[in-house]
Amino acid sequence: MEPIIIEGTPKTPTVKFDSAAGIFEIKGRSIPENSVEFYKPLVDWLESYKETPLAKTTVNIRLEYFNTSSSKCILDVFKKLEAIHKAKNEVEVNWYYEEDDEDMLEAGEDYESIIRVPFKMIEITD
Amino acid sequence: MSFSIENYFSDQPKDNIILFYKGNVDSDVINHVLDSVEEKMVAVNDNPKLRKKVYNVLVESLQNLFHHVDKVPDDFEEQVEKYGLLVVRKVGDGYKIVTGNFVQQENMEKLEEKIKRINRSSHEEIKELYKFILNHQRISAKGGGGLGLVDIARKTGNKLDYAFVQYNDSYSFFYLDILVTEEKEN
Repeated sequence: MEPIIIEGTPKTPTVKFDSAAGIFEIKGRSIPENSVEFYKPLVDWLESYKETPLAKTTVNIRLEYFNTSSSKCILDVFKKLEAIHKAKNEVEVNWYYEEDDEDMLEAGEDYESIIRVPFKMIEITD
Repeated sequence: MSFSIENYFSDQPKDNIILFYKGNVDSDVINHVLDSVEEKMVAVNDNPKLRKKVYNVLVESLQNLFHHVDKVPDDFEEQVEKYGLLVVRKVGDGYKIVTGNFVQQENMEKLEEKIKRINRSSHEEIKELYKFILNHQRISAKGGGGLGLVDIARKTGNKLDYAFVQYNDSYSFFYLDILVTEEKEN
């Protein structure tokens, strides 16, 4: 499978879905007006990856901001990962949040409570 | 007294306004407002926690306008597709963000009901409501997720202050008054 590599913009995140390594990353800001337009290709790609996933998939989410419209799309991404996990493949989500950013930590916990995939909350300190 | 969207502010302090905008709310305007407010907050050295909250609330308020405003009344002076008002003011240890937009009479009740529901909920209930909507409601044809106001209430920990000022028989102008401080109030 071809990897997905998308450069970030002030309103959309950097995305690296490396199917060969099984490492998927979403990083930066996700605040577009039309989030479905941005996320639909990612969700479709995961749908294909789901057919022949690696034994282990690691997902790193390192967002500084995301809007509520992205939050639904991110849930769709997680739902695909949940399906991969349910099919007896290892999936791990690393949810990064900046020191003191309780809102971002809580957002990660929201997903953790909805999606049946192991989450690790990781505080970024500098 | 004839209708003026500025009447609402006539008895409020005019100082410390860091941004005032009225007009069409499109993607470029949103980018510009976000950049400009972020720059100003960095310049006065607001701490990152407050900055992030203000930024988040601004994104949601502006995108609420972008996705949900009703069309302007036919006789309104500015005939644009998405007319909105935004005022950002520094107050004490936080920021006041006021947005304004036209609402057709038939949409008023639903909006007010939504706000009242949020305002009578505890912080825990708002958190649960957010998760419920996140997990059960699809993105609407207008592109909104139905989460904006819930998210604003959750992140600020404050009640949503609002007012409907009647414009004519079929329209009111809706003001949403949001206080953002570093720590949640409740």
